[in-house]
Order: sequence, then C-alpha cells, then structure tokens
Amino acid sequence: MQVATRAGWPRPYVPRLSARLNYLLHRLLTPNRVNRRLARWLETHRRAGRAFTATEKAVKQRAFGCRMCGQCALPATGYACPQTCPKQLRNGPCGGVSPDGACEVYPEVRCVWVVAYERAEAAGHLDDLSLLQRPVDHRLTGSSSWVNYWQGRDEGLWADPEGVRTRLPIWPTTASAA
Amino acid sequence: MTEGLRTAIESGRFAVTAELDLPHGIDPDRVDAKARALSGWVDAVNVTDNPGASVMPAAMAGSVLAQRAGLEPVMQLVCRDRNRIALQSDLLGAGLLGIPNVLLLTGDHPRFGDHPGAMPVFDLDSVTLVGAARALRDSGRLLGGRTVAPPPSWLIGAVENPFAAPQRFRAARLAKKVAAGAEFVQTQFVFDVPMFARFMADVRDLGLTDQCTVLAGIGPIRSPRALEFMRSEVPGIHIPDDVVRRLTSVPSDRFAAEGVRLCAEIAAQVREIPGVGGVHVMVFGKEGLVPEILETAGIGPRVVGGRLGGRLGGRPVGRASERGTRNVG
Repeated sequence: MQVATRAGWPRPYVPRLSARLNYLLHRLLTPNRVNRRLARWLETHRRAGRAFTATEKAVKQRAFGCRMCGQCALPATGYACPQTCPKQLRNGPCGGVSPDGACEVYPEVRCVWVVAYERAEAAGHLDDLSLLQRPVDHRLTGSSSWVNYWQGRDEGLWADPEGVRTRLPIWPTTASAA
Repeated sequence: MTEGLRTAIESGRFAVTAELDLPHGIDPDRVDAKARALSGWVDAVNVTDNPGASVMPAAMAGSVLAQRAGLEPVMQLVCRDRNRIALQSDLLGAGLLGIPNVLLLTGDHPRFGDHPGAMPVFDLDSVTLVGAARALRDSGRLLGGRTVAPPPSWLIGAVENPFAAPQRFRAARLAKKVAAGAEFVQTQFVFDVPMFARFMADVRDLGLTDQCTVLAGIGPIRSPRALEFMRSEVPGIHIPDDVVRRLTSVPSDRFAAEGVRLCAEIAAQVREIPGVGGVHVMVFGKEGLVPEILETAGIGPRVVGGRLGGRLGGRPVGRASERGTRNVG
C-alpha cells in the first residue's frame, strides 16, 4: 500500500550509463548546421516530429527515467535527472535527505542529487552543479528537448535574470566531509 | 520593543529568532499569549507555513497577529502548495501588510502531512523562489517580466540543513541561495556541534558570512516520545548517538529538564563558532521555554531597560549599503 500510494510521484532514478560516457555522447548533440536544419524540419512535419519525440522519450526514459520536461538539465547534473526527484528540484537536494543519502519520500532509494553529486564528481564536472537553474517552463512539457536545444529555446536555462554569474565559486576548498 | 532582525543583522549583533506555532483552532488570544511569552526575548518570530505538510492557519494571518502583539514576524513561504503566481502574490501581500521578513523554503513533501493525497506543486524550488523575491524587491520585477512600483522591502531569508547528504553540497547549496539573494539563513536543529562546525568552516571558506547571517537552529527534546518522533518521523534531523545516550540515561522525570539543559549548552557552543550570527529557537508550541533556554545559554533578553541584553557575539556582516551593491557572483 505504501508503494501504491506513492506511485504517482516522481521517483529518483539511477541512470543506466556512466556519467563519463554521457558527457561523451552529449557531443553528438551539440547544435550544428545539420541538426538545426533537422529540428526545423521536424517542427514542420508533424508526424515525423511526433515519431522523433517518441523515440527520444523511449531512449531517455530507459537511460535516465526521463519525464519529458522538454528542457533538459542532464548535462548540468551529472546526467542524473532532477525531474525524477519527488519535489522536482533543479537546484540541488532538499533538506530532507537522510545522512546516508536516502530520499525522504522514497527511503528505499537514494536521493537523485546524491547520485548527481557522485556522478558529477567522478566525471570532473562538480562545477556544473553550481549553475543557477531557472524555473521550468511548463509550456515545453512533453516536447522534444533535443529539438528545443537545437532551436536554442533553452539557452537561458542556466542564466540568471539579474546577471548573477552563472558559475559560482561554491565549492569549499577545505573538505568538510569525507 | 526590540530593534528587530534587520537591525541585529546589519549591526552584527547576535540575533535571536524563535518559532511561533499557530494554534489549530481559531483563537487569536492564544497567539497573543504565545507572543507575550516571547516578547523582549527575540528579534523576530517565524510564523510557519503549514509545517510538516499539515494544514494550519495561513502564515500571513499569523504574521499579522504577531505584529499586532508587538512582535516582528518572519513569514514563512513554502514551494509545496503554490505555483509561481500564488507565491509572488503572497510575497506582494506580505509587502502590503508591512511584514518585514520572509523566509523561503522548499517545504516538506505532502507524504508527511495530514493530506498525503494532495497535489505537490513545487513549481519553483527554494533557490528560484529566493531569486524571484530578490528581483521583486530590488528591481520590482516579477518572474513574468511585469514590474511593480513601489516594490516590497522585506528582508529575505532561507534555510539550510548542514546534516543532510551530500554534506559537501550543503555549504555549496547555501552559496546558491546567497547568490540568488538570501540575506539570512536559519539552519535545521543542531544536535551535532562538531558536524555543524565543519559546515560553518565551509561557509566561512566561501565568504558567505559576509553576505548572509547564519542563525543556528536549536531546540529542546523534552520526552522519549519526542526523541523517537524527531529521529524517525521528521526528515532531515540528525541526532548523534552521544546525545541519545545522554538523554536516555537520566531518570524519565528529569528527561525534559535535561533536554532543555542540552539545548542551552548547544546554544552556548554554537555561539562560539566563528560566523554564527544568531540562533533560531524551535520549541514546538512551548514558547514559555525560550527565555529559560536563552538565559541558561548566557544570551539573555533582547532589551533590558533600554539596553541590549547579552554580550555581543557573532561576526559583523556587511552593511545594507554594501550588500545592496555587492557583486553577487
């Protein structure tokens, strides 16, 4: 009954591929002339666009537990999806994580931000976690984040409207905890 | 009348805040009674926003009652129950009512409350809510772009849990909140002072104490049941084994007194940690205990015959003028 009553909430998902491999694969997605043209074509050809989005969904659901927010934060979170946090927090873990790293809502699984931290650290991308993530734009929910990325729609995702530097020196030099 | 939280923070005087739990029923006189117990001992009182995801009277209403009773409120606002329209609306409402401080948090998940079937909103997270509040106050701009004039002027607070995993992310997450605009932060209950000291070392290392006043969360555990409840039912509270041993080794009729004594000792200890600018006392409805805890800890009342009580403590933080123009990057 416990599980059944929580079935509707996002659930932390452990990514299938190593962070290092994900960072490598990401290079294939870097916007260029070809995929920008593909994105424009997909948006004008509805059936192809739907098939493309369904494929992206199938791949990313299996790899990351993707929930199709349409504005992918994965490259900045060690490829652990923050939308699988029951609170869908995109700027770091909540205060309810147990000292051993368990999610407060699903104590039997690890907090997705604990996983993100470990993966980002292992891949040398800890600084990415310091980016200030903007609120999700719910108009993009269900759309292809790859197409949105190639079309430049999520360019402001990590910027701050007040001109705050997007990368902050937020990692202490003294290691406080092992 | 005390000088209030802003003055304490701007002057670097050791600040004291406490939680004011609203009564479940509709009895404004009980809020008054609670306020009287705290009056003169605190710079401000936190009025909680449906704590533990259980329905309580609105924090904005409680803040107004606290103001009427002569206390300065810190209105809490959580991301759990409202989308960005309602959150910003409540921030503006607090401005209209002259509520001088807001405290912006993610909020406990509905799973823990009395309506576990409720829709969890979490449209913004605590960092983006702090950023939205700062933009609203300093530029009068709403997230959607529309501007508001004149803008509100509340002080912006946030929370952090130094004891939750991943521990190295905790000071870093506070840094994100400070970058987004937080001016003071209240922490989760401190029961593990060495661990809190390590967190504060990180916080100082990042230079955050110059931009943000850290108030250490303290509170007494007054019964074996409360101890068990806090250990197993409240997410994010860390109680080390030596504290458990100390409390459970005294006869049960002295448990409550020992819990209060422990709390006062922790208050005195965290006060000595560089960068700690105050304490935030959480007493679960037992407001009458606050003076005893502060007195035992040597912190004393806020105002004694027109003079500030207690000795000065905590590190001075930047003046308001500096903070207004600081490079937040």
